[in-house]
Amino acid sequence: MLGLNKKDTSLLIVVAILALAAPFLLNPFPTNSAMAQFNAGYPDLMQRFVIFGIFAIGFNILFGLTGYLSFGHAAFLGVGSYAAVWMFKLLSYNVVPAIALSVVVAGIFSVLIGYVSLRRSGIYFSILTLAFAQMSFALAYSVLSNPKFNLTNGETGLQVYADDPQILHRDGLPDVPHLFGWAMRDNFLELKLGGWEFTFNNGYYLCALIMLVVFYLSIRLFRSPFGLMLRAVKSNQNRLNYTGLNPKPYTLAAFIISGMYAGLAGGLLAAMDPLAGAERMQWTASGEVVLMTILGGAGTLIGPVLGAGFIKYFENIFSKINDNVLHQWFAFMPDGMEDFMVFIVHPFVGKGWHLTLGILFMLVVTFLPGGLVEGGQRLLNVIRNRGRKPADPKDPEHHPKETPHVAE
Amino acid sequence: MDAILLQILNGLDKGSAYALIALGLTLIFGTLGVVNFAHGALFMLGAFCAVTLQRVLSASYEVIDETKVDFLGNPLKVKTPYVEGWFGPEVGGAIIDWAVPLSILIAIPFMIAVGFIMERGLIKHFYKRPHADQILVTFGLAIVLQEVIKYFFGANPIQTPPPDALLGVVNIGAPLSLELAYPIWRLVYFFFAIAIIGGVFSFLQFTTFGMVVRAGMADRETVGLLGIDIDRRFTIMFGLAAAVAGLAGVMYGPINPPNYHMGMDFLVLSFVVVVVGGMGSLPGAVLAGFLLGILESFASTTWATTTIPGINQIIIYLVAIIVLLTRPRGLMGRKGVMED
Amino acid sequence: MGILEVKGVNKRFGGLQALGDVNLSVAENTVHAIIGPNGAGKSTLLNCLVGKLIPDTGSVMFDGQSVLGRTPYEINQMGISRVFQTPEIFGDLTVFENMVIPAFAKRDGSFRMHAFESVLNEKEICERAEQLLEEVNMQDKIGMHSASLSRGDKRRLEMAMCLLQEPRLLLLDEPTAGMARADTNNTIDLLKEIKEQRDITICIIEHDMHVVFSLADRITVLAQGTPLVEDAPENIRGNPKVREAYLGEAA
Repeated sequence: MLGLNKKDTSLLIVVAILALAAPFLLNPFPTNSAMAQFNAGYPDLMQRFVIFGIFAIGFNILFGLTGYLSFGHAAFLGVGSYAAVWMFKLLSYNVVPAIALSVVVAGIFSVLIGYVSLRRSGIYFSILTLAFAQMSFALAYSVLSNPKFNLTNGETGLQVYADDPQILHRDGLPDVPHLFGWAMRDNFLELKLGGWEFTFNNGYYLCALIMLVVFYLSIRLFRSPFGLMLRAVKSNQNRLNYTGLNPKPYTLAAFIISGMYAGLAGGLLAAMDPLAGAERMQWTASGEVVLMTILGGAGTLIGPVLGAGFIKYFENIFSKINDNVLHQWFAFMPDGMEDFMVFIVHPFVGKGWHLTLGILFMLVVTFLPGGLVEGGQRLLNVIRNRGRKPADPKDPEHHPKETPHVAE
Repeated sequence: MDAILLQILNGLDKGSAYALIALGLTLIFGTLGVVNFAHGALFMLGAFCAVTLQRVLSASYEVIDETKVDFLGNPLKVKTPYVEGWFGPEVGGAIIDWAVPLSILIAIPFMIAVGFIMERGLIKHFYKRPHADQILVTFGLAIVLQEVIKYFFGANPIQTPPPDALLGVVNIGAPLSLELAYPIWRLVYFFFAIAIIGGVFSFLQFTTFGMVVRAGMADRETVGLLGIDIDRRFTIMFGLAAAVAGLAGVMYGPINPPNYHMGMDFLVLSFVVVVVGGMGSLPGAVLAGFLLGILESFASTTWATTTIPGINQIIIYLVAIIVLLTRPRGLMGRKGVMED
Repeated sequence: MGILEVKGVNKRFGGLQALGDVNLSVAENTVHAIIGPNGAGKSTLLNCLVGKLIPDTGSVMFDGQSVLGRTPYEINQMGISRVFQTPEIFGDLTVFENMVIPAFAKRDGSFRMHAFESVLNEKEICERAEQLLEEVNMQDKIGMHSASLSRGDKRRLEMAMCLLQEPRLLLLDEPTAGMARADTNNTIDLLKEIKEQRDITICIIEHDMHVVFSLADRITVLAQGTPLVEDAPENIRGNPKVREAYLGEAA
């Protein structure tokens, strides 16, 4: 279907079902139950799942395929957000021109930064992208925000004011970001079934649809000759050169594509909440997308989406857990034991979420370089091997399969 | 003339910190071939050694002073630090006053131990893995370290004053009959940094250990073939580099109150310094550290910031990008080392 | 006029004269061997031919065009393929993927943005890759990860990748280095087959005299960066200068 093989088609369908049914799937607990704190079906959280999913899918095209580790991709996200908010200020609150411009501007930025950074490889490339990103942050935070020339509105962040031109704005259109009158922040359906509540948000569904489209494009890219060349860049640039292929334009193209994905994510962030701040460009924000991609599984199709969802979900849940919640959890224990457990767990939850994340990340890089996807595969293998007799005559080594020419 | 000299001097303290961190980064990269993103965190740990010692020394007990009463007529409770109780107010007070310099004594063994544990427990497993993995795992470690510090010390900067005797400013232009007021502590920091840099260089230059390490930096395989246990020495180098970063942090507290993210802030700039100086070149790291510190100080003058607003924020990155593009091996890097 | 003409090439590394006034002419559709003791400059010469090194002086002409100042991928697109001493393949990719890449390079040039259609839909390219693998007897390993191949198979894979591009000049850098006798003989047979079946010029650097004398039409002996003799194999065997060069190395 859609030019994909069977396996990829089913992957796409699974992702589509997950994305479209998210308001149900992420709210499995009744609103009044104790478990409701684990619900994640709120519009703004779901929006962040898919937007950062897009960001990570794009980052994966560069890092997962070519192995070039960029520490500056948040710059493109930030640029995308600024571009979108400027469109809101100048034209109207319609999200279409805003998102289009954010992709274009991020693309132009990534041409410039990519062209320069890709003249070096390895750690030099990482440090160059880091330097560019920090420079962009400084530019946005202070340099481009002065009375004479205010492009970014500095610390306050760029937002829409009442006296902005908005030349295409007409009466009757909502005064918030909208898609041809369809306000992003509105919910088109709020279902109450028994104790459960499900919210269907306009903005979320726009993001989810866009995510599905770009996810589909990334599957096509992975299976294409271009994707193959990118993996060849990672594997052996020397051989690539002596095979008559120029690695530079391939890596630059990958860089630009991933930059545009980041810009798209930035534009969507602004479309959901019309505000753009410089902190979105800081290098720790770039680090976050690296974490998402690695945690999920760099170089795999589904990994980055999983990683983005995983991090955003636990960020939200963990930061809500405070000592009261902990005491509830461990209430079944004897008193001293209970206090002790709360004492032990306390540093890792609430504001300590980053500590947990850091530890998790170190563990993954050290023991599970393939991320959650590799972990899942290993787990599956263990389960399968258990069900199998010890001496299996069908040893795959001696019977190479005919079909899987293209490695997963 | 005065103004120029003053800007140079103003750049020295930050430049010293850059130089010390970059020196450690280069030692680690040159000997172990590892890109250590947690090096800024080591700098931060050093600064918090000073914070910790200051807190420990200031730990007090309460005594009721029968001779005085507070405004409610109750006997006055006086807080006395234990050290003052043990050594008398004179000596005890002096010890507390000198907490920051004293922290050097605990920071050295502590930082060396941290370095050893880091190398043996984590970095060692990453020698044969790609640079990207090294960057990632040390980045993770940096997050962990700074979050641990945040947990214990909170998110706000913590004042760590220098000893009273070293407060205030001194006119160091006096011998040249110029008017150059300069904070004493910054001068101390500069000479402290020079001393450490001198120490590290003479250690590498004049000891057999240093000679082996330098040979290892130049050609690891050959040195390994000579039957020298280079790995053990490299572990010690890691401890040394950690100590250098830590000491830079200990003494930096009085210049800028330490907070948990100071390491990350310095890390990015220190990497830039290493790159500008030349990956793997120790003199390059030191030179570039001071140069960039001074450059930043010039870019922060009112003249510069009114001409190009915010130039002070981006100047170092601009320089780094230009250097990497025109002279990828940096100011003093050897030809062919990590050039592509 | 040979297909490859090297004239007056000099290359210095600091104080070391790696190549001194090298002249070499390789005739079309022949096998030309370059032999010489260690450090004679064989690899340096090869690197000058493929664009990895640029000679200080002199000219290197391939089919009437200069290769100097061109990058390795441009030179490859001109029709020169190189097999390395230690096999250079895409270790992370499968054997099949390894084979497809040169096929795309041959058809599409050094860069083309094909980011939508699947590799497997390029029927001609896939068939070509499979066909070449059959020729080197590796069709049963098509789905394997190339890093897990034996050394001999890696070499054959690399050779097949080069042949797929139908180069006019194939450069082989010690293709039998470190191989067992049987593998060496297989390689010789493979190269003989290639030579007979295709319009191809082969330039081979080799230590193993058995290989050289089984294959070469013409031999150049390099010593201390300078060509000592160039002649047909039967005349090289008895040449006293050649013996001296090799014995000098042994002494």
